[in-house]
Amino acid sequence: MSDVLVLVDHLDGDVGKPTLEMLTLAGRLGSPVAVVIGGDSAATAIVEKLGQYGATAVLTVDADQLGSSLVAPVVSLLASVVASRAPIAVLISSTTEGKEIAGRLAVRLDAGVLTDAVDVALDGSAVVVEQSVFGGSTIVHARATRGVPIITVRPNSVTPAAAPATPEVAQVPVPPVEGRQATVVETTVDEGGGRPGLSEASVVVAGGRGVGAAENFALIEQLADSLSAAVGASRAATDAGWYPHAAQVGQTGVTVAPQLYIACGISGAIQHRAGMQTSKTIVAINKDAEAPIFELADFGVVGDLHTVVPQLIAEIAKRKGS
Amino acid sequence: MKIVVTVKLVPDTTADKRIDPATKRLVRTGETVLNPFDEYAIEAALQLKEKLGAETTVTVVTMAPERGKEVVRKALAMGADDALMLSDPGCEGSDVMGTAYALAGAIAKNGFDLVVCGTQSTDAITGELPGALAEFLGVPGLTYGRKFEIDGTTLRAERETDSGFLKVTTGLPAVVSVTKSINEPRYPSFKGIMAAKTKPTTTLSLADLGIEASAVGLGAAATVVVDSAERPARGEHAVVKDEGDGGKRIADFLVSRKLL
Ligand SMILES: Cc1cc2nc3c(=O)[nH]c(=O)nc-3n(C[C@H](O)[C@H](O)[C@H](O)COP(=O)(O)OP(=O)(O)OC[C@H]3O[C@@H](n4cnc5c(N)ncnc54)[C@H](O)[C@@H]3O)c2cc1C
Ligand SMILES: Nc1ncnc2c1ncn2[C@@H]1O[C@H](COP(=O)(O)O)[C@@H](O)[C@H]1O
Repeated sequence: MSDVLVLVDHLDGDVGKPTLEMLTLAGRLGSPVAVVIGGDSAATAIVEKLGQYGATAVLTVDADQLGSSLVAPVVSLLASVVASRAPIAVLISSTTEGKEIAGRLAVRLDAGVLTDAVDVALDGSAVVVEQSVFGGSTIVHARATRGVPIITVRPNSVTPAAAPATPEVAQVPVPPVEGRQATVVETTVDEGGGRPGLSEASVVVAGGRGVGAAENFALIEQLADSLSAAVGASRAATDAGWYPHAAQVGQTGVTVAPQLYIACGISGAIQHRAGMQTSKTIVAINKDAEAPIFELADFGVVGDLHTVVPQLIAEIAKRKGS
Repeated sequence: MKIVVTVKLVPDTTADKRIDPATKRLVRTGETVLNPFDEYAIEAALQLKEKLGAETTVTVVTMAPERGKEVVRKALAMGADDALMLSDPGCEGSDVMGTAYALAGAIAKNGFDLVVCGTQSTDAITGELPGALAEFLGVPGLTYGRKFEIDGTTLRAERETDSGFLKVTTGLPAVVSVTKSINEPRYPSFKGIMAAKTKPTTTLSLADLGIEASAVGLGAAATVVVDSAERPARGEHAVVKDEGDGGKRIADFLVSRKLL
């Protein structure tokens, strides 16, 4: 079987769920080969987990050797692994950085790049991806016409499936990075209180104008934390300065497709829907029964979020406790 | 200093976007507006110009058919000095690679110290172009940037990440893309709108750039759409009125869906 490269997302020895999803998809195409940037020690801690989800090989790279240049070293690394292993596809998580890596890699390899795949399949020897486009209104099947397909996979698209394998582990050499590059001089980890990233969270709790004030977003955060969720916001809320711009969900913000999206005090304007309507399950709380968000919601409550949300938080605590 | 801003014509954000079943391409007739993300890029360039002084110029560049003049005019009205429009039937159907290749040709011909892009376009939402452009131009790429400071030929910025931000520096020339947190784009003033009418816009063809027709357009695209369909409507749904038990009912629902 041919190799399928998967670029692993990991933090502190923990493999991100999007990576497990990509391993599952890779297994449908061939033998998943995981590329781990982060030195030997980090890799040892996660090799086992990668094997549980089907990685037949784990290629490790010493992060220190990659240096402090932005993005470009990862692109050079993947290009060299593609050259040495000739995979039939490269899977990268559809995060902002993942998409950039994919686009640059495609230029280096003169290969087709397919963004935001929600599924992959083999059609004969061709890799075909399913993509969700135009804010989720259209489903497209597409393939690359030349080169190895570089595919970014949207988090939460499949359920990771255990497929135990015992991966061979090999360290791969770091290729030299050519030319001038932008350099990282300092890394600051967020304000965000340890919440998952918005684009890959399995649960997103979002607040809109109905939240009423910046300080009331504490309630949205509390609900989010009770579900280990990321916090999103409508543009009305971010424009009002109640929450950071980076949290804006929608056509001119972030696109999310979590297992669960809870919209609190959001009317559901078309630009907002474009960024969240492919969420698997949508719950809405809004005091206006006519709000368009209810057309999308699997479950909606017409009521005041200031009373419904605290009750929901209490109920979640109660049920988790029992 | 020569600053170039890439701007794109996109469908209105309220437009229904769809794929033509025959050509398998986005129906682009409804395209009317300047990509909202690019307004931040223009504003960032104008603010740099204000700081750096009069020798700094801001040129906008777009690859678009004739009606792309609309977005060019808006950029000029905001304060850009001049515009390059790559308009050629051969560009039609380009994917991100073809677009980046052609834009790189136009930008290289114009000359640049700094290229400023939006993070993404509202139709494609790939955000892949800025990085691809850096690759083709062979210069550093610094994407998702905010808080720009230029000191001689060094640019310092913060790069937003999913979990915080990085402080990054790059030498110039370079390609950067900017996030929404960088600024509040200005509205064109009446004076700006009037001035835009006399600002130079140069229209370029692929031949002007020495680009072979086989390098861009539909024929050169490295990806192809096999088929497309509208997403089926969402399944059944329930909306209930809060009778003092709204939160509890949501919890019940989450349990029924095994989400709790
Ligand atoms: C070019 C362009 C791009 C845009 N891009 C985006 C985008 O990316 N993302 C985005 O979100 N928007 C975007 N918008 C804005 C969008 O059109 C809407 O204006 C915005 O989404 C509205 O946010 P909202 O739902 O929070 O506010 P509103 O539409 O004002 O809705 C607030 C809702 O809260 C409800 N409410 C009020 N108080 C309570 C309460 N106590 N309890 C419960 N419910 C309550 C109200 O009934 C109402 O339905 C864009 C607009 C334009 C023109
Ligand atoms: N046809 C185009 N002409 C000019 N700039 C473009 C074009 N397509 C994309 N861009 C620029 O690239 C950015 C990212 O777009 P995209 O990668 O298509 O999501 C946009 O914000 C624009 O600045």
